Amino acid sequence: MSNQTLSKCDSNPALYLHIPFCRSKCPYCDFYSQVADQAQLNGYVDLLLRHLAWLRDNQVFASPLGTVFFGGGTPSLLTPGQVAAILDQLQRTVGLTGDAEISLEANPGTVDLARLRGYRQAGVNRLSFGVQSLQAGALQLLGRGHSTREAVQAVAWARQAGFSNIGCDLMFGLPGQGRGELLQDLAALLQLQPDHLSCYGLTVEAGTPFEQLELSGALKLPDEDEFPELYLTVHEQLTGAGFEHYEISNYARPGHACCHNLAYWRRQTCFAVGAGAHSFTAGGYGTRRAVPADLQRYRRSLEQGRDPALTLETFDRQGAMAETLYLGLRCREGVADADFRRRFGLGVAEAFPEALRRCGERLTLDGGRWRFDLQGWLLYDHFISFFL
Amino acid sequence: MDQRRIRNFSIIAHIDHGKSTLADRLLEETGALTEREKTNQFLDKLDLERERGITIKAQTVRLNYRADDGQDYILNLIDTPGHVDFSYEVSRSLSACEGGLLVVDASQGVEAQTLANVYLAIDQNLEVFPVLNKIDLPGAEPQRIKEEIEEIIGLDTADAVEASAKEGIGIHDILESIIAKVPPPTGDVDAPLKALIFDSWYDSYQGVIILVRVMDGTLRKGEKIKLMTNNKSYEILKLGAFSPHPVELPELAAGEVGFLVAGIKNVHDAKVGDTITHLNRSAETPLPGFKEVKPMVFSGLYPIDSGDYDALRDAMEKLRLNDSSFTFEPENSMALGFGFRCGFLGLLHMEIIQERLEREFNVDLITTAPTVSYQVTTVKGEELIVDSANKLPEVQFIQEIREPFILASIHVPNDFVGGVLALCTEKRGVQREIKYLTANRVMVVYELPLNEIVLDFFDRLKSLSRGYASLDYEFIDYRPSQLVRLNIMINGEVVDALSLIVHRDKVQYRGRELVAKMKEFIPRQQFEVAIQAAIGNKVVARVNVKALRKDVTAKCYGGDISRKRKLLEKQKEGKKRMKQVGSVELPQEAFLAILKVKEK
Repeated sequence: MSNQTLSKCDSNPALYLHIPFCRSKCPYCDFYSQVADQAQLNGYVDLLLRHLAWLRDNQVFASPLGTVFFGGGTPSLLTPGQVAAILDQLQRTVGLTGDAEISLEANPGTVDLARLRGYRQAGVNRLSFGVQSLQAGALQLLGRGHSTREAVQAVAWARQAGFSNIGCDLMFGLPGQGRGELLQDLAALLQLQPDHLSCYGLTVEAGTPFEQLELSGALKLPDEDEFPELYLTVHEQLTGAGFEHYEISNYARPGHACCHNLAYWRRQTCFAVGAGAHSFTAGGYGTRRAVPADLQRYRRSLEQGRDPALTLETFDRQGAMAETLYLGLRCREGVADADFRRRFGLGVAEAFPEALRRCGERLTLDGGRWRFDLQGWLLYDHFISFFL
Repeated sequence: MDQRRIRNFSIIAHIDHGKSTLADRLLEETGALTEREKTNQFLDKLDLERERGITIKAQTVRLNYRADDGQDYILNLIDTPGHVDFSYEVSRSLSACEGGLLVVDASQGVEAQTLANVYLAIDQNLEVFPVLNKIDLPGAEPQRIKEEIEEIIGLDTADAVEASAKEGIGIHDILESIIAKVPPPTGDVDAPLKALIFDSWYDSYQGVIILVRVMDGTLRKGEKIKLMTNNKSYEILKLGAFSPHPVELPELAAGEVGFLVAGIKNVHDAKVGDTITHLNRSAETPLPGFKEVKPMVFSGLYPIDSGDYDALRDAMEKLRLNDSSFTFEPENSMALGFGFRCGFLGLLHMEIIQERLEREFNVDLITTAPTVSYQVTTVKGEELIVDSANKLPEVQFIQEIREPFILASIHVPNDFVGGVLALCTEKRGVQREIKYLTANRVMVVYELPLNEIVLDFFDRLKSLSRGYASLDYEFIDYRPSQLVRLNIMINGEVVDALSLIVHRDKVQYRGRELVAKMKEFIPRQQFEVAIQAAIGNKVVARVNVKALRKDVTAKCYGGDISRKRKLLEKQKEGKKRMKQVGSVELPQEAFLAILKVKEK
């Protein structure tokens, strides 16, 4: 792991803003989002600002933010003005570090050059496009509401607008997709010269229309035995093109890993605003809180000056040790045994001897860091559950 | 009570031919039930009996009836179970009676089990007279069924009552027939006391409650009595009869039927079939009594939650108090943990015990596939009784294995004879007789190994005959047989709980069937899993469960972290309930697929 990729990501707190609105629901998505008009968006941004103010007033913020992430939903439904309003308030209140990473997720079908310029001027310095595929059939199946041409155009406009850190999402393991189709998709995507790629094997989530389709037999996904080949194909192609495979599903050009997401996997403090957003504070053994995904409740709480978040879980030492590995081992950087020992008073091998034994050669200590190999990542849930 | 005014009778009927409904009508007609009590099937005390429409334990009820001749009579109805597993209880009940109503469904006709019970009754010199029930149904053919009864059983049907218990038709005629046809009891009221125990059960408030038929002499409250097999003596605390609620009586004289409470603590001290006499004026010889019944069918009962083991044992002990034909002993299975190997009279008995344990005692159970007991002679000349496959010695130590054979009588409409014969042949049967009872009804008699019967014979018989075939069987003897132990191996390790004793000719088929069934339920694991069926070292069937290739959560960001981690924790919790065989984790369902009696 090159230090270059990750060293720029410091331990300053992160902030996540959830925008639970989409133009339409994608049939595979189980995230909380609603279809909304501009008036609702305006109202929602007011609530976000109010929430930020509440956090400031209650001394939740401590030090300047290292990352800000507009996630969704479809954050690119926000106007540049709305984004600017939020970032200005942050700048004025908690403050941002000088090189803070400010990301915004964008649906290629919702943006034009002017809007992207606006985002850049507002302070956004990293875009993450939900491209998913560059094949028309696949986009239609995924119900993305954008075309191949729009995706290509959006990335080009982003460059033009001055973005030097552009990420794209890709889905593989799509119905009817073999290695050949995947190679085409990857090649086309690399043509766009993204700095970051998140590549997800399509997962059918409970409660989504895709689940219904799959149950009815209408959705024929590659079976379990074909998946490893596709996963390894992505790995070969992208590492071959100079990307670092820095997390199970994430690739970056050197220096372009997403610091915000790394904060999750490193269990660093991440504040969260918006209905459906989850926060984590690292104090003690850690506390995770969540704002219920309920817009009415969110509004009511803020109007009444109450904290809209509820505590999801407070960790004890054992829970924190397990989660440190559950998250940390998703990353190529892995978990440093010395850090672990400093934090918990004992090394990974002392804390989880049986789990380590069962992971066998898939999980090794190398240069003081515990890491899974690629085969280990393919069965990550299987192995990591030994630690839980 | 004047013996001439007493009638003791049973109702003999096949399941579903309406015995319990008829009993209810008799109770109503004689005023024994209040309006409020007219729930269906009053005599079936257990929920299970009422639900399944079968009678398990004998019940008695005393009916007061003023007949057309103006006299008051006491009619003692002694209920009998109607299923093949409980024929021993039938013979007990019959021994307390002088007569029997043969209830036959006016559209279905005589069934195998009815026939068996009628013969039991006739053997005991009971006066049997037919009642045709369900004559209100559109399919009723009373004339044809009467002919059938005459041809098959040889009973005169000239005076047969045509009735519908459901509609209340013919009930009065039945009562009058009982008076006219069932002989009053005989017996010397002044002779030394002989009272037959024909049922007993444990009641947590009163101790053992005994049902008796007084044959000679008179029982009086407060007297000292003696049980003739064990010479234990007691004082009679309570005497009475059920009408249908318990009514205390000062005495029960020869010819009467009733209950007795004498502070007996253990139901085994009041053995069914024993004779009660007076302590100071004893009868010289006891009544003939009954043959003790031995369990014929065995299976393992295991608590699903191992924490329920003690509760299960307590529950079994309680059930055994009232059911001496049910046996159990602790058993330990690698796959299923601690449980019990239990003996039953038959498959229905097994199901009933299982359901009662689950329902009345709230214990969730795994029931292993039923087996029978085998006799084994070892090469050293030892004789063993083996009731489960993992107790069977290795092949090289066995001189001979003998398995129980039964004589099965199957009554079936002509159309289905072919299927029945094919089934019996498949089940290694030896044909003894095929007889046309009527132009359309056939009696097929086969000698069959009991272990084939316990597998799925009854279900198959019912389905191939669309429910029309009826089966009765009796044990014949043990016969040498080519039996082997079929083991199931998971990655080379034998899973003891899944071993079966199988006939050599069935090994291939059963082996393939079993491994295929297991495969359905074993999730992919980190390594490939081989499921094999083998006799000793010889593998007869094999399938593989492919190794796990993908098990990874693609997205794990802020909102996913807790939720997805908890999902994994929950899955892991589920895995804890899996049984570890070597390095392979087997879910309970994989065992159940093989061990369970049948798909529910």
